[in-house]
Amino acid sequence: MTHYLIKGARPLGGDAVDVLVADGRIAAIGDQLSATGAEVVDAAGLIALPGLVDLHTHLREPGREDAETVETGSRAAALGGFTAVHAMANTDPVADTAGVVEQVWRLGQEAGLVDVVPVGAVTIGLKGERLAELGAMADSAARVRVFSDDGHCVADPALMRRALEYVKAFDGVVAQHAEEPRLTVGAQMHEGERSARLGLTGWPAAAEEAIIARDVLLAEHVGARLHVCHVSTAGSVEILRWAKSRGVQVTAEVTPHHLLLTDACAESYDPVFKVNPPLRTDADVEALRAGLADGTIDAVGTDHAPHAVEDKESEWAQARPGMLGLEQALAVVIETMVEPGRLDWAGVADRMSVRPAAIGRLDGHGRPLAPGEPANLVLVDPAARAAVDPAALASRSRNSPYAGREVPGRIVATFLRGTATVLDGKATR
Amino acid sequence: MKRHLLEAADLDRDDATLVLDTAAQIDQALSGREVKKLPTLRGRTVVNLFYEDSTRTRISFELAAKRLSADVINFSAKGSSVSKGESLKDTALTLEAMGADAVVVRHSSSGAPHRLAGWVRGSVVNAGDGTHEHPTQALLDAYTIRRRLGRLEGVRVAIVGDVLHSRVARSNVGLLHTLGAEVTLVAPPTLLPVGVGSWPAEVSYDLDAVLPKVDVVMMLRVQAERMNASFFPSAREYSRRYGLDARRMGALPDDAIVMHPGPMNRGMEIAADVADSARSTIVEQVANGVSTRMAVLYLLLGGSPQ
Repeated sequence: MTHYLIKGARPLGGDAVDVLVADGRIAAIGDQLSATGAEVVDAAGLIALPGLVDLHTHLREPGREDAETVETGSRAAALGGFTAVHAMANTDPVADTAGVVEQVWRLGQEAGLVDVVPVGAVTIGLKGERLAELGAMADSAARVRVFSDDGHCVADPALMRRALEYVKAFDGVVAQHAEEPRLTVGAQMHEGERSARLGLTGWPAAAEEAIIARDVLLAEHVGARLHVCHVSTAGSVEILRWAKSRGVQVTAEVTPHHLLLTDACAESYDPVFKVNPPLRTDADVEALRAGLADGTIDAVGTDHAPHAVEDKESEWAQARPGMLGLEQALAVVIETMVEPGRLDWAGVADRMSVRPAAIGRLDGHGRPLAPGEPANLVLVDPAARAAVDPAALASRSRNSPYAGREVPGRIVATFLRGTATVLDGKATR
Repeated sequence: MKRHLLEAADLDRDDATLVLDTAAQIDQALSGREVKKLPTLRGRTVVNLFYEDSTRTRISFELAAKRLSADVINFSAKGSSVSKGESLKDTALTLEAMGADAVVVRHSSSGAPHRLAGWVRGSVVNAGDGTHEHPTQALLDAYTIRRRLGRLEGVRVAIVGDVLHSRVARSNVGLLHTLGAEVTLVAPPTLLPVGVGSWPAEVSYDLDAVLPKVDVVMMLRVQAERMNASFFPSAREYSRRYGLDARRMGALPDDAIVMHPGPMNRGMEIAADVADSARSTIVEQVANGVSTRMAVLYLLLGGSPQ
């Protein structure tokens, strides 16, 4: 196994040091390290962070391999600085059995670019009617700990309560897609002034907030862990802040796109900006940034959602919701949080690695950059800026909302347990 | 004029006035003529691309284009490749390859004409998209008001009914505001969009309070099925609170007019005797639709009338 001597990197933005990576671990950190036979990585000016962990990725395999595969999605993840991604369950077939989650897990192992951690469906077929065999998925080789019907809300309150309770047996967590379905029939975009004018059916903030409010009360009542996917409104942040102040075991994520973009994007009627939950207002974006800064929102989850061209080059209402996120997630966080001084590099590591790893109960990720720890780390050049070219992305799909936009932060190298998955900004395999 | 007519906001006051003036010139030129045809768009191709059934709007555009001597192709979703699943983009590229100079599009999805405008070189005219806009309806309504009342500046217009789902309402609010009229939207709160407060219009829930103070009352079609989604309790209650019957019509100022974009639900939003009264401009609106659409096609394809 190749050893790497990383010269002059700044761990969490601190003073420049050398980092020796050997046998899958961080062997040493110090000044002027030397190691014979090690490949030297010039990291002068680069920030070193623990490998990023995504709680929310759609890899589309099995079922829509034309949009993404475990391998192409893994490559996109590595290029985005990730060392672990949670693969959502809304595949075809749905990941609602031990067989499907083990298949996804094995595909991830074979690709070998990131740890692909399958998410299990909460209900059979994502139908919201009966619990899937959550225990079997937890006990499988995939060791599922996060369960979600993402794309669909577990809307039935009794079923949600039982799911929250049941997964306590194996330290699992239910990741809720908070959307009261009766309030979002036919919804196309955030309900407000713009939806009124554009004639697109509105998705009210209250449809998200009502479910989050209900679920934090349920989680408190049964003493279970709840994770809230892609929080998108100011009201949701307030409810989460209140719940945390009461000691409810609730965690939450925000997507890069909800940190950056607003419903103004819908003015173009270009469905590349159609996403669920929808892009919201400036005030919501501000509240999400504040929530991520103060820790009310625990993590950044990409909701990376690849779609084939024909599913996006259409009328707005006919297009599928979702946008790419893995390769630009850190860039967006740098632009919206680091550059304005709302989060330092330790904060970035916390929200993009430490806390998501803890929520997913991933042992080897989100660890400190210290000797003896698994060598999952990423080197990023915060000064570099480049325009996003969808054609150059590693994802099999092209539905990036950042096309043509100049963003900061270039991922120079990513290491997964000591193996370089990205070097010089290029995937190694 | 912009190259496309996608929404009322594409027309500034000068453009909108030019369309209305051109429609008036066309009406004048054709009045009393045996052959109601102008040679202006000879050799140009206008495609009517209709994804939604709409006999009246399609015929109106067809007649408008034919009276300008354009070649007209009717492309309807039924019986074409569209029903076999061809995408809007592929259809657009096909029309492009056939050299359409203008595409008149009616679609059930808001924004479809905007998408189309990005894929074709010709002019795109929105003939109604989802619950978004229907700008030529607003133009013909403005033309009708101007003909009847002699002006638009300061004219008080009530738009009554299902504003939430109405592309006619959206286009009329925008265009009438541009032309200096004062609009009041009247509807039960359930049929007004969240965010309507930012529109350049007053809002009222009380039709009886508004009627004595308007010069124009424009009734919108209300589908009785809306009651199934609890927008109102019953057709009867809707009609009682927001329908225009003879008694309510009596509350209007003497020279006020009653408009309806059609098709009407007689007995629902408008009583038959109101629709057929002397105040009603409903049939006139249909005739004015042809001249207004001629003006739009002429200005988009033929250049200015000078």
